[in-house]
Amino acid sequence: MRSCVLLACVPDTASVIKLGAAGNRIDEAGIKWVISPYDEFALEEAVRIKEAGSGHVTVVSYGPDRVQATLRDGLARGADAAVQVTGGETTFGNALAIARVLAAAIRKLGGFDLVWAGVKGVGSDNSLVGAMVAELCDLPHVSGVLKAEFGGGKVVAHREVDGGMEVIEAPLPCVLTAQKGLNEPRYPSLKGIMASKKAAIQTMSVADLGLDEAALAGAGCRWRSLALPPAKGGGMILNGETDPAAAARELARLLREQAKVI
Amino acid sequence: MAGILCVIEQRDGTIRRASLQALSQAARLTAPTGAAVTAVLVGHGVSGLAPSLGGYGASRVLVADELRFARYTPEAYAAAIQAAAALVVPQAVFMSATTVGRDLAGRLAARLGVDCLADVVKVWLEEDAVVAVRPVYSGKALATVDGGSSSPVVVTLRPNVFAVEPIAAAGTVEPLSVPEVAVRAVVREVVAKESGELDVAEADIVVSGGRGMKAPENLALVRDLAHAMGAAVGASRAIVDAGWIDHAYQVGQTGKVVSPTLYLACGISGAIQHLAGMSSSKIIVAINKDPEAPIFKAADYGIVGDALQVLPALTAEVKRLKAEG
Repeated sequence: MRSCVLLACVPDTASVIKLGAAGNRIDEAGIKWVISPYDEFALEEAVRIKEAGSGHVTVVSYGPDRVQATLRDGLARGADAAVQVTGGETTFGNALAIARVLAAAIRKLGGFDLVWAGVKGVGSDNSLVGAMVAELCDLPHVSGVLKAEFGGGKVVAHREVDGGMEVIEAPLPCVLTAQKGLNEPRYPSLKGIMASKKAAIQTMSVADLGLDEAALAGAGCRWRSLALPPAKGGGMILNGETDPAAAARELARLLREQAKVI
Repeated sequence: MAGILCVIEQRDGTIRRASLQALSQAARLTAPTGAAVTAVLVGHGVSGLAPSLGGYGASRVLVADELRFARYTPEAYAAAIQAAAALVVPQAVFMSATTVGRDLAGRLAARLGVDCLADVVKVWLEEDAVVAVRPVYSGKALATVDGGSSSPVVVTLRPNVFAVEPIAAAGTVEPLSVPEVAVRAVVREVVAKESGELDVAEADIVVSGGRGMKAPENLALVRDLAHAMGAAVGASRAIVDAGWIDHAYQVGQTGKVVSPTLYLACGISGAIQHLAGMSSSKIIVAINKDPEAPIFKAADYGIVGDALQVLPALTAEVKRLKAEG
């Protein structure tokens, strides 16, 4: 099974987000960049499939040079090859442009049975790229996969939906997006980390893919401005240490009479 | 610029409230210009639901009622919405950011060659642009975004943010003809959740438990309170990772992002990843032993105390108040 895993390079989820000088981006000073958590599940599953039988895993990331560290992390966790599509400064947060670039890279690399991504890129939080890539590559997709089994040129995937669970069958090649619960991602081994440092990363530009980044940027979502949510504070905090029942009664009264929510 | 096309989701013969929220918002935005709002309803045996949509602002309702649409599949549904968009040529396509909406939106947008503004909490129309505010970095920041030259712009609206507004109006209902399309990813089976359990992402009230509940069996106290309040159950990442409860319940940056009217955090300290997932809730209540817990900084109301003692008393009081009416 030949898998392609799309990796997004995002701020660590523990990051404190501050506004950058440009007004429509975060302040990147001090940000630790990581593989988007859902993409870790995708990568782990692709590597497990390879380990269970045979195959090959290529990690692909679109972005500036910091994604090289993301790709090396992917190699350290079991990927065999890494591809960087350079650029991406002007298409930030623009799911259509990102999907067009990644779909073109997937077609150029060619020969994949599976394309994996996370169900959501933590950061821009679009949850769009997987399904868009599938449509642009004319492939079926299953999003939010919690379990996947392969056989007879098909995948049977379980996905969580509102109100239950769906079992989906699709022919390969297919795009799958990983949901938390699919697996428990491994930590990279020391040997893997050492090997990944020396590994070659194939690079290609957006122009190499026959696309024009400026045109892509204009066709999709633009971040006009960025703001921090209004800070809360001054909540009414009751002491429930000595008489929990009295505090509970007072809370219920406040929720009913003041907040009017119960 | 010909108004808004609104995708209506139904489940088991009922229109989802989240879809009515999106439809009402479409009606509010087009009211000043008189631009049309068209609803599109896809499913099987759903035609009977169509006339009611006029009462939420749809002047025209397109219905694709066929066996091949009995279950949601992104390929077939995207083809149906594409057919509706070709008829209407709207400025925007609205749908709710439910699990279905978020899955469908990407497929549909790519099919139309346009972008999507996902999971928005505010949206408005400008002469040549569809503009929205959407939480990013799981709510740690809010981005004001537009769809560039995309036409139409696909927009998914976060559930529970936009008000449902019935109006005294009726819409015309027309069948929608959808070309045959290859559906490769097919639903083999649907396993429904236990009946009566509300989905955390869509519930109006959420009661969540964390490590302060001390043991998995104590989550019964969280469930009891949720039941008394008509609420959905949520969980912190810590207890999901500890195996106390399934990931479907997790609220936070790697779980569900929720915006209920009332969010109760029981025994949850409020790690930055959890706060990211629930801080847009209208009223936040924290119950925690540690007065220094970060959750209290986000809370409108709180009790410093042991959740194991506070919860049974709160459940009893809520039941008493509800019985009073």
